[in-house]
Amino acid sequence: MLVITCPYCGVAAEETELHGGGEAHLKRFGPDSSDDDFTGYLFHRENPKGVHFERWRHVNGCGKWFHAARCTNTLEVFGTYKAQTTEPPKDILDTIRAKRPGFKWRDIA
Amino acid sequence: MSDVALALGGASFDGLVKIEELAGQGMVTLRGDLTDKAIVKVVKDVFGVTLPGIRETVFAGSTGALWMSPDEALLLCSYDDAQAKADDLATKLADSHALVVNVSDARAVFQLKGSMMREVIAKLAPVDMSPDAFKPGMVRRTRMAQVAAAFWMDDASTARVVCFRSVAAYMFALLSTAADDASAVNHFTR
Amino acid sequence: MSTRVQTQGRLINRNRPVSFKFNGALMKGYQGDTLASALLANDQMLMGRSFKYHRPRGVVASGSEEPNALVNLGEGNRFEPNQRATTTEIFHGLTATSQNHWPSLEYDVGVVNNLLSRFLSAGFYYKMFIHPRPFWKHIYEPFIRHSAGLGKAPDAEARDEDRYEHFYAFTDVLVIGGGVAGLQSALTAARAGAKVLLLEQTAHLGGRAPVDGGTIDGLSPEAWVEKARAELDAMPNAQIRTRTMGAGVYDHGYVLGYERLTDHAPEVAGPRHRLWRIRAAQIITATGAIERPLSFAGNDIPGVMLASAVRDYLVNYGVSPGDRTVVVTNNDDAYRTAIALVQAGLKVPAILDARPKGGGALMDEAKALGIRVETGAAAVKVKGAKRVHSVCRGVQAGEGEVLEEIFCDAVAMSGGWSPVVHLWSHCGGKLTWDADQAAFRPDHDRAPTSHDGNPFVIASGAADGAFHLKDVLQNAANAGKTAAGRVGVEEADSAAPSGDAPDEAPLVPVWMMPQGAQKKLRMKAWLDYQNDVKVSDVQLAAQEGFESVEHTKRYTTLGMATDQGKLSNINGLATLAHALDEEIPRVGTTTFRPPYTPISMGAIAGEARGEIFQPIRKTPMHAWHEANGAHWEPVGHWRRPYAFPKSGESVHDAVKREVLATRNSLGLLDASTLGKIIVKGPDAGRFLDMLYTNMMSTLKPGKCRYGLMCTENGFLTDDGVVARIDENTFLCHTTTGGADRIHAHMEEWLQTEWWDWKVWTVNATEQFAQVAVVGPNARKLLEKLGGMDVSKEALAFMEWKDGTLGGFPVRAYRISFSGELSYEIAVPANLGRAFWDKLIEAGKEWDITLYGTEALHIMRAEKGFIMIGDETDGTVIPQDLGLDWAISKKKDDYIGKRAQARSHMTDPKRWKLVGLETLDGSVLKDGAYAIAEGTNENGQTNTQGRVTSTYHSPTLNKGIAMGLVLNGPDRMGEVISFTNGGEPAKKARIVSPVFFDPEGEKQNV
Repeated sequence: MLVITCPYCGVAAEETELHGGGEAHLKRFGPDSSDDDFTGYLFHRENPKGVHFERWRHVNGCGKWFHAARCTNTLEVFGTYKAQTTEPPKDILDTIRAKRPGFKWRDIA
Repeated sequence: MSDVALALGGASFDGLVKIEELAGQGMVTLRGDLTDKAIVKVVKDVFGVTLPGIRETVFAGSTGALWMSPDEALLLCSYDDAQAKADDLATKLADSHALVVNVSDARAVFQLKGSMMREVIAKLAPVDMSPDAFKPGMVRRTRMAQVAAAFWMDDASTARVVCFRSVAAYMFALLSTAADDASAVNHFTR
Repeated sequence: MSTRVQTQGRLINRNRPVSFKFNGALMKGYQGDTLASALLANDQMLMGRSFKYHRPRGVVASGSEEPNALVNLGEGNRFEPNQRATTTEIFHGLTATSQNHWPSLEYDVGVVNNLLSRFLSAGFYYKMFIHPRPFWKHIYEPFIRHSAGLGKAPDAEARDEDRYEHFYAFTDVLVIGGGVAGLQSALTAARAGAKVLLLEQTAHLGGRAPVDGGTIDGLSPEAWVEKARAELDAMPNAQIRTRTMGAGVYDHGYVLGYERLTDHAPEVAGPRHRLWRIRAAQIITATGAIERPLSFAGNDIPGVMLASAVRDYLVNYGVSPGDRTVVVTNNDDAYRTAIALVQAGLKVPAILDARPKGGGALMDEAKALGIRVETGAAAVKVKGAKRVHSVCRGVQAGEGEVLEEIFCDAVAMSGGWSPVVHLWSHCGGKLTWDADQAAFRPDHDRAPTSHDGNPFVIASGAADGAFHLKDVLQNAANAGKTAAGRVGVEEADSAAPSGDAPDEAPLVPVWMMPQGAQKKLRMKAWLDYQNDVKVSDVQLAAQEGFESVEHTKRYTTLGMATDQGKLSNINGLATLAHALDEEIPRVGTTTFRPPYTPISMGAIAGEARGEIFQPIRKTPMHAWHEANGAHWEPVGHWRRPYAFPKSGESVHDAVKREVLATRNSLGLLDASTLGKIIVKGPDAGRFLDMLYTNMMSTLKPGKCRYGLMCTENGFLTDDGVVARIDENTFLCHTTTGGADRIHAHMEEWLQTEWWDWKVWTVNATEQFAQVAVVGPNARKLLEKLGGMDVSKEALAFMEWKDGTLGGFPVRAYRISFSGELSYEIAVPANLGRAFWDKLIEAGKEWDITLYGTEALHIMRAEKGFIMIGDETDGTVIPQDLGLDWAISKKKDDYIGKRAQARSHMTDPKRWKLVGLETLDGSVLKDGAYAIAEGTNENGQTNTQGRVTSTYHSPTLNKGIAMGLVLNGPDRMGEVISFTNGGEPAKKARIVSPVFFDPEGEKQNV
């Protein structure tokens, strides 16, 4: 059972306090979007064995959504960061690059 | 008002700790930027306390404030004052982006008193209750068994636990079970 | 025979006799005995029958690895099957019965399987029972279910009388195992300042050391253990929990500890088991090692035991398994058993050592005691039925020629030791093959890793492959030092006490005894006692092409019993490797999964039983409902009254009465469960425009509007009335089940998509009790209470107003879900009950009637109002329900808008909502399908719609229904057929879904 630290309240929360929210950094496509863009937004997801960026909510806690960079294989958590961003912060990417040289996720490497 | 009825009518239980459903606890939810000076000032005016830091509590006599999230505080006062204070706060914050709601009736509050208080909570919440990890001055939102809850310590052997009113009976039974006299773990006290 | 001897017995208290029952016979043991030791003391070697062949079986081991001695324990509400006699501490009044036999343990007809055993080889079930197909269900399965299985299930009526609980604990270093290694690791880490928790599964610390002997810092192991315990007890940062098993190691340092508080003392009050939910930064597995059996013919005959177990029973419990014990071994350790037996005055006719040159110092010591040692020797077979009768000696290098028959009543065997690597492996720790000791041990370079990517499990002592006492202590100190270093306390001192014990000669791996044993012998050489898997079965599996150890396991069932193959795994995979002509490490092990030994279901459930099995949410009026005979309906975690049947009245009649009374006069509904979410901010209107399909930003303060919410998929997810409180504030009502979900939905969009919008939300659902006052006399009742103007002019339909009623501060909404004149009145929850009582008292003159959710549902269906969860099921869009009027055409965007433009969503063939009326006035079945012409490719009747809601309408006195039908709105008046639960199809006419008062004359008054 995972422990992930909420970047808002600082609690190292066990999974029962958290709610998983799937892949992070999806760009919303609205009414004027093409079928392909909309389908991609709604349905197409990364499924990496390795580095992944995810959304979590500290639901039994401060209630905040946040992002976690995590290895789906070893369950290592590289870092967590606030939800109000469209891409992972540099310090977390640097950590990942050091620990997982050559990793690739969407167009992030 | 004489018609005021607590969820459990002031239930109590005596075991590893003494558990009491508290009457007269007023609670006001404030949503807003807790670091906004204008908001901090108005809260100080109305409730007499400064807004607490992350996962902290602040008390001044019968009023207090609990950190709930970066943009939410739970302000405490007596039940009878809560609506007036909420209205006052809302009026004074009219120019700020803030939401004030009296939630005194939405919750049940239990006091846990006794040296085994940490142990009773540790049976129900996935929280490190050891004395070096959780102390007076801190508040923790978490779950207790299957429901959301928050608790804080008033002193070394007293805690208050808050849950939603609808699950007050569940919470009381839960706490009473965990505080059964024959179930001491003696993990924090030896 | 097995018996109590007059000496030894360090764990029993001979001054405290304990009486217990086994298979109805009264027996005597001592305080401190396990059930197994007490049974042996009563010469009860036969303890059970095997799973498949029903062979008589005796106890083999002395600890949690025991495969045979499983018993039914307790009676009635305390009955539990499959309890290991070796880990059950006896108490006065214990009752146990043996398992898996009929009619008795001594005489079992199931043993016929044993005679047929050559037909019951590996894969027998797969091969035999696959054809003919129908035989499985009607003949094979009932037969197998009757004859197979271990203990019996508790009676269906039995209810566990005990209590259980959980406990969350956090520690720097968790040490699992309280042998000398665990104690030393704990001491090293705790002395450096780490917070240490040590778990020991038995009641005693010290593990094997006190039995195996040697000295630690010049002290006897027992004395050293006492000293270590005292030092740990005195440290505020260390804690020892005995009778607590480390059951499983999981991700990120999560460990389940299984504490057995009253199993040994059921008269003690309090929880029976406590499940420790531990988070540890570092975990030290000091779990020891398990001795391996030897694979010779007849190695399952009662009286054949592990050499260490024979020694344990003698030293710990003062029990001798037999008067004459032959020791069979491939290593030095088993000599300790021979020496201990002889020193206790018992006979050891011979030690059969498979090694050509025998052993070292311990062999010399045995010889000096006059014990005959045969080297290069093998037990060709053991003879006996329900008890060992003799051992046939041959040579290990041979094929089974018998050179001598040695008469004895017990055999102590040792095939070497395997480190207990289970907990190391649970979370991904890898193993390495140690050829010298013929064992898998933890590979330090491939430890399980935690959230930070760093290792978090460390093996200590014998669990790390350090078997000799002097190695054990240093290894354990190193483990403690490593752990302390990783948790960041001061550097630990790795000094270890010096252990002293005789040097040992290396073992020689023996996987088959004798090495060239003929098939007849291999067919009687057991690997897995509990599941009856023999050497020949594994060899057959290999021959049939099962090369993977995981496949072989499943094909032969090796290691799949309740003991999870603690004794059989290594022997089994060595046999497989040999049969495949592969190296053992290439064949590998099967996966170790938690728990280490079975833990009780009660411990897993913890406190969650009875009243607190799950939270039941109660409104402020719940107690009134309860006192007034509410027939409950669960809605989420809420309990809502379905109806209020009066004494002697059926629920159905009550519903009918409630509908008619409300339509004709006055009804009252507890609507407190409806969600009430406050949304405030300069962008609140804009936000709600995105959330609802309707336009909410144009709503005027003081007004209400019914709104629909969809998911981004376009599907309808919730509905409710939105009230605008002021320019910046809205109150959104949600469905009963939707409050938390919709609040979370709002927060998700605000926090993760539109975080620059200025909007705050608070879920104020429970702040208010809400009461629907419904019916032609609703206004009169409120006017009677007085305090605010509730006239049509002052409070029109779809308006709200704050005020007082009967002295209560209220917010009154003029909204209607029934089509009647209706008010929903919100009061602070703590006043809810008083307000409710006042309404009932004041409403008597109009014969006020309380109604429940069923009457609510019927009245809304009569009006053609949809219900989330009935008309919707996660695949329905508002357009399907004819709700286009509630979808704003003016808005560029709302959640779900883009999805509703997808081709499948705009397909004219989507089924649409209509009303349905049976031709004969009867009620359609819930969920019934509308039948279409022809059949589909699977030969199933085609469908053209389905029923979503169906009721008997008391108002109209006929069946009414709503349903989704192909081109439904264009087919008004058409009659179509519906499935009818196996009865002949029912005909119904397509009509408008609004059955009652289509002009809304009743509500707009």
